[in-house]
Amino acid sequence: MLYQSFLIKYAEIGTKGKNRFLFEDALVSHICHALKRVDGRFDVTKDAGRIYVTALTDYDYEDVVEALKMVFGIAWICPMFQTGEKDFELLKRQTVDYLAQVYPDRHKTFKVVARRADKRYPVPSEQMNRDLGEAILDAYPEMRVNVHEPDILLRFEVRANVVNIYSEMIPGPGGMPVGTNGKALLLLSGGIDSPVAGYMVARRGVKIDAVYFHAPPYTSERAKQKVVDLAKLVARYSGPVDLHVVNFTEIQMTIYEKCPHEELTIIMRRYMMRIAERIAAETGSLALVTGESIGQVASQTVQSLAATNDVCSLPVFRPVIAFDKQEIIDISEKIGTYETSILPYEDCCTIFVAKHPVTKPVLKAIRKSEEKLAGMIEELVETAVSAREVIRCG
Amino acid sequence: MQAYFDNSATTKVFDSVRDIVVKTMTEDYANPSARHLKGMQAEAYIKEARAVIAKSLKVQEKEILFTSGGSESNNMALIGTAMANRRAGNHIISSNIEHPSVYNPLGFLEEQGCEVTYLPVDRAGHIDLTQLEESIRPDTILVSVMYVNNEVGTVEPVEEISRIIRKKNPNTLFHVDAIQAYGKYEIRPKRQGIDLLSVSAHKLHGPKGVGFLYIDSRVKIKPLIYGGGQQSGLRSGTENVPGVAGMGAAVKEMFTDHTAKIDRLYELKEYAETKLSQLPGVTLNNPPGREGAPQIISASFEGVKSEVLLHALEEKGIYVSSGSACSSNHPGISGTLKGVGVRQDLLDSTLRFSFGLFNTKEEIDYAVQELENLLPVLRRFRRK
Repeated sequence: MLYQSFLIKYAEIGTKGKNRFLFEDALVSHICHALKRVDGRFDVTKDAGRIYVTALTDYDYEDVVEALKMVFGIAWICPMFQTGEKDFELLKRQTVDYLAQVYPDRHKTFKVVARRADKRYPVPSEQMNRDLGEAILDAYPEMRVNVHEPDILLRFEVRANVVNIYSEMIPGPGGMPVGTNGKALLLLSGGIDSPVAGYMVARRGVKIDAVYFHAPPYTSERAKQKVVDLAKLVARYSGPVDLHVVNFTEIQMTIYEKCPHEELTIIMRRYMMRIAERIAAETGSLALVTGESIGQVASQTVQSLAATNDVCSLPVFRPVIAFDKQEIIDISEKIGTYETSILPYEDCCTIFVAKHPVTKPVLKAIRKSEEKLAGMIEELVETAVSAREVIRCG
Repeated sequence: MQAYFDNSATTKVFDSVRDIVVKTMTEDYANPSARHLKGMQAEAYIKEARAVIAKSLKVQEKEILFTSGGSESNNMALIGTAMANRRAGNHIISSNIEHPSVYNPLGFLEEQGCEVTYLPVDRAGHIDLTQLEESIRPDTILVSVMYVNNEVGTVEPVEEISRIIRKKNPNTLFHVDAIQAYGKYEIRPKRQGIDLLSVSAHKLHGPKGVGFLYIDSRVKIKPLIYGGGQQSGLRSGTENVPGVAGMGAAVKEMFTDHTAKIDRLYELKEYAETKLSQLPGVTLNNPPGREGAPQIISASFEGVKSEVLLHALEEKGIYVSSGSACSSNHPGISGTLKGVGVRQDLLDSTLRFSFGLFNTKEEIDYAVQELENLLPVLRRFRRK
């Protein structure tokens, strides 16, 4: 096996001052968690601005890279060759070997960049660049130096006990380690947008829980299973997601019977927000997250969004609010939720969708319609919240 | 209480089927083509199943081809004969109410240059015999019609169809999709003039993933699957011994006291028909009692979406299907229901109840009781 370890570079968390160790520790712990999904044992260590992942057993290279690409906070994944030998002549031979193994075809240009974090190393950086370059040219006459746009940028990092050699840099997902920015509750449906919204907020280091409104027999068990599957897909990035499944049937039926039909969707969404806030308060979420995007459907016009938002006291994050549908689809394809989102199980029965819903709801009118629910809806909301099912996903 | 009324989608296996499947998986598991004694013991199960099935149709054993089920049998019948009879012609006749495993191979054959005529059906779901007669041409190589419709249980006049074909063009082959019919009716291909007959085991309390195609020994047909030359080269691949043995056991049990079994299914059907039609706003679309297949009831529930009613019943442990289960993943309105003239507003309000030998009258009582409770509640909620 060529690479026994990986150098993990992180970007943004490097700037967090005195709290930096918290971010680094979170990142180390998430890397460990992600690697539990792949075969093999690994050592994950911190070392002054660097995280190393070292394989202690045989492992599958592709699986490890895939797992690391899902850990928020990682800017770059660099598979590397690490040597504990400090003898410079030996290092030259190892460099020549490294190139032979990583680049079977060596008709390429290169550049050497050596850095000494440990200034006690006997060879200065500039001389390392020159001598290592020479050793490479001697071994492989087909290779050429190009300091401006090399095909291979060969990096050497001289540290206290080791020298790291690497030339491959695989982009990580960026963002910040999950859990370093509090927790939010995602309103998750079976659609394309909400899993993307959850992913985007989690990428900023926010831990995610989710709530799904189930309305049997108007929505099917398959629709619910689809949401569980989506939560698991998001959890590959965000870590375990607690999915709160709320039975919404009675509330939906009561609204249907008491309120104007064209206002159904808006009023239902207001109750979904109210219920989500109750669950957020009980479970320590400090914000709500939705997949709403301006103008996508009748309930997402600015007027409708304002009417829905009216019942919320927590901040509501809507990360895809100004995205075009295609942009959201592109992200969902990238994170692997698209195929599941487009399965044909409806998450809202058309019976409860007016043929001509209001697109410019007037807040006063909506509030007035809701007054008709007084005296009965409170208990239904109470029951829905307390009888919810919680499914741990991921 | 549980009530599984989706037996036209699939059935629970007979105990005898389960036992022989386990035995051929754990004890007599050798390759039936192997030269050794253990191989021969495995082969014996295939031979036994072949004999039982041939006897049930009164045909020769070599005329039974084992397949992976109804879809493969239909594909083989259509594509296999079209490929082998290209010189005779490229015209095929079928109907408007066929299963997708007939429709889609026909679509493929159209792409390959075949011409297909789709016959309409009347209100009872029977294909138009006059149009059939008019459609048969000298270059018609095949007529393919289902025996029992899977959505409403209409029985097609197979013998009459065959007579018309023979009269107009004796060279035209006649394929019958008998997936909902085999095990329910006494089928005699030789007497009824059927050249090819598709069957699936799991509709008659046998295992999934296995079926057969009866092919009259005079029929020219090409294989779909090429390989090691098993089954006289017509269907390569190591035989599915557990599946075939299980199918043999199911056929054997189904045709033991056959009349009594079918009477029992009709008794259940007629009992359910009476009970269901007493509920307000319920219309039955299937041919009543013995005019239709013994296992299928199609009922429309005014003012209720079939999908919603299906899930409401599932909460009570009652399992039915909306349209045909094979196609219910594609929300589209059933061609068959339209074909037999179900009212436009009831198309999306129709459920199929299909019975099997494990069902009881108590289960029907239970389902009807639950329907009586559910319907008024569900009818309060309609799209406005």
